[in-house]
Amino acid sequence: MDEKYLVEVQNLKQYFPVAGGTLWEKKVVKAVDDVSFGIRKGETLGLVGESGCGKTTTGRSLLRLYEPTGGRIFYGGEDITHVKMLPYRRKMQIVFQDPYASLDPRMTVEDIVGEAIDIHHLASSKQDRHEQVLSVLQTVGLNSEHANRYSHEFSGGQRQRVGIARALAVNPEFIVCDEPVSALDVSIQAQVVNMFEELQEQMGLTYLFIAHDLSIVKHISNRIGVMYLGHLVELADSYELTFHGVHPYTRSLISAIPIADPKTARHSQRIVLEGDVPSPLNPPSGCTFRTRCQYADDRCAAEAPKWREVSRGHYAACHHLEKIN
Amino acid sequence: MAKLSFQLNADDFLPASASEKESLVVMRESVGFWKDGFRRLKRNKIAMVSLVVVILVLFISFVIPQFYPYTYEQQIRGSENLAPMQYSQTELTTMETGGKVFPHILGTDNLGRDYAIRVMMGSRVSLVVGIIASVLILFIGSLYGSIAGYFGGWVDLVMMRIVDMIYTVPDILIIILLSVAMDQPLKALAVKPGFQWIQVVGVNLISIFVVFALLYWVGMARIVRSQILILKEQEYVTAAKALGASSGRIIKKHLLKNCIGTLIVTTTLQIPSSIFTESFLSFLGLGVNAPMPSLGSLASAALNGMNSYPYRLFAPALAISLIILSFNLLGDGLRDAFDPKLKD
Amino acid sequence: MSGYLVDIKNERLSFFTPAGEVKSLNDVSLHVKEKEVLGIVGESGSGKSVTAYSLMGLTAYPGRLIGGTLAFDGKRIDQMTEKEMRKIRGNEISIIFQDPMTSLNPVYTIGNQIAEAVLLHTDKTRAQAAERAKELLTLVGINEPEKRLKQYPHELSGGMRQRVMIAIALACEPKLLIADEPTTALDVTIQAQILELMMDLKEKLGMAIIMITHDLGVVANMCDRIAVMYAGKVVESGTTDDIFYRPGHEYTKGLLRSIPKLNEKEHNRLIPIEGSPVDMLNPPAGCPFAPRCKSCMKICLREMPEYTDLSDTHYSACWLHQKAEFAAARKHPAGIDAQKAGQE
Repeated sequence: MDEKYLVEVQNLKQYFPVAGGTLWEKKVVKAVDDVSFGIRKGETLGLVGESGCGKTTTGRSLLRLYEPTGGRIFYGGEDITHVKMLPYRRKMQIVFQDPYASLDPRMTVEDIVGEAIDIHHLASSKQDRHEQVLSVLQTVGLNSEHANRYSHEFSGGQRQRVGIARALAVNPEFIVCDEPVSALDVSIQAQVVNMFEELQEQMGLTYLFIAHDLSIVKHISNRIGVMYLGHLVELADSYELTFHGVHPYTRSLISAIPIADPKTARHSQRIVLEGDVPSPLNPPSGCTFRTRCQYADDRCAAEAPKWREVSRGHYAACHHLEKIN
Repeated sequence: MAKLSFQLNADDFLPASASEKESLVVMRESVGFWKDGFRRLKRNKIAMVSLVVVILVLFISFVIPQFYPYTYEQQIRGSENLAPMQYSQTELTTMETGGKVFPHILGTDNLGRDYAIRVMMGSRVSLVVGIIASVLILFIGSLYGSIAGYFGGWVDLVMMRIVDMIYTVPDILIIILLSVAMDQPLKALAVKPGFQWIQVVGVNLISIFVVFALLYWVGMARIVRSQILILKEQEYVTAAKALGASSGRIIKKHLLKNCIGTLIVTTTLQIPSSIFTESFLSFLGLGVNAPMPSLGSLASAALNGMNSYPYRLFAPALAISLIILSFNLLGDGLRDAFDPKLKD
Repeated sequence: MSGYLVDIKNERLSFFTPAGEVKSLNDVSLHVKEKEVLGIVGESGSGKSVTAYSLMGLTAYPGRLIGGTLAFDGKRIDQMTEKEMRKIRGNEISIIFQDPMTSLNPVYTIGNQIAEAVLLHTDKTRAQAAERAKELLTLVGINEPEKRLKQYPHELSGGMRQRVMIAIALACEPKLLIADEPTTALDVTIQAQILELMMDLKEKLGMAIIMITHDLGVVANMCDRIAVMYAGKVVESGTTDDIFYRPGHEYTKGLLRSIPKLNEKEHNRLIPIEGSPVDMLNPPAGCPFAPRCKSCMKICLREMPEYTDLSDTHYSACWLHQKAEFAAARKHPAGIDAQKAGQE
């Protein structure tokens, strides 16, 4: 447990039982398999990866929306893996990906944002609650006219603002942003990303920013962690990871992203990965990435690579880092 | 090279103010869940006709008897067994001497009671029983179903096996057994102060209510449970958990509120079912006590005289059919209007 | 008209829904040459998918073409009967959709679905069609084609399913392939594979592609020319270099400023486009982008802008282009700003 981290997970495991399997051997999908990282106060840690990598599950397990199968979670230095979460729910909040599904269709905006105030008894009277709600709505760029309407009357971007207002209503310290802009139009994404940044400056928030779009994650994060099939494969400062990434997966991920610049596109060398992401029900032995890696050998199949520090603050798990770089 | 196809002046190229831009962005009129549903209901002609019929039936059963010149237990000497619109000797005499006698629209029964008012009161009793039973079923069923659906796991398993067992119980048998078993204790209770109403309502009717509360809620429980199973996977439920909401709060404020459409529809369709059950039981003699009429008991009593006085059977039978049909059609219409799957 | 494979002129198409008329396409004109890759870029409500569907004649009731002409390979699509359209669909024009999970029929094998495309448009026998299916699977880079032919869609991954979709689309070697957000639902490493495959096939088969997407990165890498759509109108059209390096329309400029670039070395605040996308039931009069435009002028709120040619290959619909000419011609004070604007 490291004092300098606001939030920390150690060896987090989240396994889900699946149908099939026998009485003796239950089948599980190892959504998150031994993940460790820490987030400092005021920092944004980005978490990227493709489908099945476990980044969303990590975010939710961290908040104990799923009960972790193993490992430990720390907040402010305290072990919160098995405690009652209610007091921590005030400090740790979440913004969801889907602005259509994450708001109760039968509640007005005021009730949605005010729910947390009610649960934690933060208002002294109805008037007080109303004022608190309006104040939060203003912070996200909405006004009192929006408070009495239902969520289905708003556009995607506005609904996402309501979701953010809901998370802010309790004045949290830490927010898990679970793909908050993926479902929005491109022109709206920038508005919401900017809002996240401004709120962080104003309120001193700490973020875990989960997304599959590395461009956005790099823009908003101080450090980035790359996940593949339930494992963290690399963790480094944003700039460092983007321009000096060492893990083969990180590099192919970066080269696969089409740059919105025709001249660069014409000259870029793309590392195109063969094959598909293996099923999380049946992950490859040893290093899970080996089935698509051009550097894989027998050692990779036999032995899972260890997490080690490559340079200051830059970690990766691969047997062949020296060979590749 | 673009050509200007109409006259422009230079002012047009000045920047637009913020208010000018805002005036173009108008938020659409707010349409709530209820307004949207009722709008759809209004378009369904059959449902609207049924709604009118239901309102009419309620009016006839609850309002008109207050102003009707006859009461349901009032026995008029000399006016026994009158045909519809027929007057007895006594009444004719009264009318000749200038008095007014309200006609017996449906005649009278063998005790001289006006049949029309008896049918109206019978409808009232049937409706009251049907509605109260349905409300009982609504509360017990939705509470049970939401708990089973929300908690899942072995709680759900145990609760639903109990439901399965209740389904297999023969309801008529239980009602008969209960009314026999409860007869003495309730009669003893009825003489105690504050419990006089038991005499009015009748032991049989109470046993019907008890049985409804014990047995008939299982259908509602299953429906609510299946709705809850789907709804609890919605992201807004996860969001509520992340805020720190307790299970009770989630069930009450998020899950059941989103089921309201289903609850209303199922209850509306439960009413005719309850009325039918009550009529059926009254027909068998297990319903309300005489002299209070119920549509079923009226039909039962009219069986004997079916050949001589056919209208005595047709009137209550027609009333039962009309009430059940209109509630069913209304319930169907409500389901179409409020079904979330059809909304998009 | 001559020489273009696809020539759409002034297309107007609306959907007549219970909520009102949705003017999906409001005067859309674009063209595609043979063997060219045209990118159509836009957000929700821009009409980009509707344009492609109208080219395939897939915008039936409640949609209706209310103006304009659509020509494919010299033939007038808008005047064809359904029977004539069916000969073209899957044969000369093919389409691949965004979500391969729902576009493939879950109860038929892959082999069956590919063969269906072949059998519909050619005289081949079943055996020959199966052989062709195997060829196509190899063409799209699926290994072990014999095994795959017998598999069902759910047994394949997302990337593989999309390859199958492409195989079905290419079964009859179409002249035009329409790709509607083909990689949006795929992981980025799989997206890279699919895009590479598509470019490869384009070279091999000599077909034109219309690439519909909201991702500017994809169009920068794949397309020869780009049409930018907003609220049912093509607001700007030009070569890829024109659009990225010399954007004319404020919306295009806004989009380019608002996306974070992976290869940027410094952190610069994104410059978003304010406001929300247009409500297509209630589009504003005048330029649909006006409420969100920083440089909005009074005329923009009233009148739909006309097209201005910015070069031989590049045109844009914006009043700002005409501000300079107009003001210079009239020597109005607004002209001083306009001359500065003209130099931007």
